[in-house]
Amino acid sequence: MIVLKDIKKSYGLPKVTVDVLRGIDMEVAERDFVAVTGPSGSGKSTLLHIIGCLDRPTSGQYLLLGVDVSRKTDNELAEIRNRKIGFVFQSFNLLPKLIAWKNVELPLLYGGVEPNTRKKKALEMLEKLGLSHRTEHYPSELSGGEQQRVAIARALINDPAIILADEPTGNLDSRAGKEIIEIFKRLNEEGATIVVVTHEKDIAEEAGKIITIRDGVCQSGCY
Amino acid sequence: MDVIEVIRISRDSLMGNRVRSFLTMLGVIIGVASVIMLISIGEGARSYIGRELGNLGTNILIVVPGKTSAKGGFHPPAATTVRKLVYDDALIIKKRSRHIQDAVPLILGDSKIKYLSQSRDNSVAGVTETYFEIRNLSVESGRFISASDVDSRRKVCVLGRTVKNDLFGDKNALGALAAIGDGKYRVIGVMEKKGVTLGIDFDDIVFIPTTAAQELFDTDSLFNITIKVRSASEIDAAKEDIRQILMKRHAGREDFTIMSQDEMVAVMGKILNIMTAVLAGIAAISLVVGGIGIMNIMLVSVRERTREIGIRKALGAKNRDILLQFLIESVTLSLIGGTGGILLAGLLSFVIPYFVEFLPTHLALWSIVVAFLFSAAVGIFFGVYPARKASLYDPIKALRYE
Ligand SMILES: Nc1ncnc2c1ncn2[C@@H]1O[C@H](COP(=O)(O)OP(=O)(O)OP(=O)(O)O)[C@@H](O)[C@H]1O
Ligand SMILES: [Mg+2]
Repeated sequence: MIVLKDIKKSYGLPKVTVDVLRGIDMEVAERDFVAVTGPSGSGKSTLLHIIGCLDRPTSGQYLLLGVDVSRKTDNELAEIRNRKIGFVFQSFNLLPKLIAWKNVELPLLYGGVEPNTRKKKALEMLEKLGLSHRTEHYPSELSGGEQQRVAIARALINDPAIILADEPTGNLDSRAGKEIIEIFKRLNEEGATIVVVTHEKDIAEEAGKIITIRDGVCQSGCY
Repeated sequence: MDVIEVIRISRDSLMGNRVRSFLTMLGVIIGVASVIMLISIGEGARSYIGRELGNLGTNILIVVPGKTSAKGGFHPPAATTVRKLVYDDALIIKKRSRHIQDAVPLILGDSKIKYLSQSRDNSVAGVTETYFEIRNLSVESGRFISASDVDSRRKVCVLGRTVKNDLFGDKNALGALAAIGDGKYRVIGVMEKKGVTLGIDFDDIVFIPTTAAQELFDTDSLFNITIKVRSASEIDAAKEDIRQILMKRHAGREDFTIMSQDEMVAVMGKILNIMTAVLAGIAAISLVVGGIGIMNIMLVSVRERTREIGIRKALGAKNRDILLQFLIESVTLSLIGGTGGILLAGLLSFVIPYFVEFLPTHLALWSIVVAFLFSAAVGIFFGVYPARKASLYDPIKALRYE
């Protein structure tokens, strides 16, 4: 489903070039639940952004669902992000001025779905995540765990091919974190493909597969 | 994507910063209001002048001695070569041209007018019997100067309202003898109040027969010949007739000028147009300054919402979705500002005439349309740069922005 071949990413700062990813080869199959771990600064987030089409690799080939996305235009990438990918961030990244279901419907809005369907789907998704009683709340009125569940609802709303999460429990206490991981497990059992970046061992152990990144190269688990 | 939703996003953002949005709009409100106001004052002044001249009679030509070129420059010919206009010129013009209804030889001078112990310095106009009709004047009591008054050089006078009130107060003036210069003049009429028309106070004039004025001022040269043409379509023909007749009498020289009241209106209209354009142009600068205010605020807004832009892009917003979102915001600012400016201008042009009598306003629909479109253009023009900047943000950089 996802195939990375010799992916490199470097940042050309004014004086030095920082090589963040130095040739990553990996594959993710359908219905995989993959955990990506590694020390801080090793390039996990950078890798996830490339997989999520938020960023482009400096070199290398990336096949998503059999399609080479390295040469896609900005607009095409936006469309891929919208339809194929659900992103969950460590810091939730909800829009503070929108109530919960308005946040959840955003991908549908940019996907051109008409208003009534958007609202209906958003409410359904929130219900599935146990937030029926919080649909009209602003993010600032929700707990961290609730906010992250809203963010997961938003990631799922367009029925994406793959769910990417960058330390989704990083800002949560352990109980709320566990709930989130339970959700991912359930989703995976229902057939979702999931890649989670995490520091926490017990989370990584829940996943079927663990990839370890160190200094921009794959240390273990890539194949 | 859904334009209604984008408009909603813009509205929420504008409503979320009410004071800021209002202050930003204020620039456009003031700009649009001043453009419309200045145009409406210009238009008002134009229709005022048209009305006033209509009030002074229509189809009127005025012949004055000396040649002014059509372009408005005055070429003073050597004093000896300008032949003055005389009484007979008027008579002959009237007799020879079939396009002309009346020609009034007019003499104008200043003289002391006295009744008992009251006296004042006054403009005295020597006119003939048809002048009053041509100029739409009417008497309040008594009668006008008649043809026989003119023919027999009778020393009679018709007083303007102000003159009558000054000299006679509430007393009856008819039949009284007033001293004008060295002569005694019988008051035969008092004019109805006319007021100031185009700077001339008709209430402050004493009318006497032209023939009497020749004697009073000891001159036979006319101030002008005031001519009534039979109809508007005959004005050009009448002018040509007058030119031919007078040139023949002036040894083939065109040392006089024929002005038509309509030409004067046209010239004044032209001047007013230029003035209106200049003033409206200056006002438009303030509208542009308002636009720069919008651009400034939009740049701040884009920067403040960098993270929002990153999130929206991560969720699939395309560049043009972001562009549209910010462009609609700036256009909304400028259009609401424009509407506010129109309302303000409407209010002002309604109120101003109550306070400033000499500032007639005429709210022209076209100026409203132009100002509105201009404010929309300002919103687009000054909104494009910030909106484009927002749309080109790199999603990752925007997401990392704190
Ligand atoms: N725009 C950038 N310019 C220069 N260097 C960058 C840029 N973005 C990231 N980096 C560098 O890339 C390296 C990897 O960053 P990344 O965020 O992928 O690490 P990470 O593995 O996710 O770490 P953490 O576990 O702390 O989140 C870091 O050393 C970082 O400084
Ligand atoms: Mg990271």
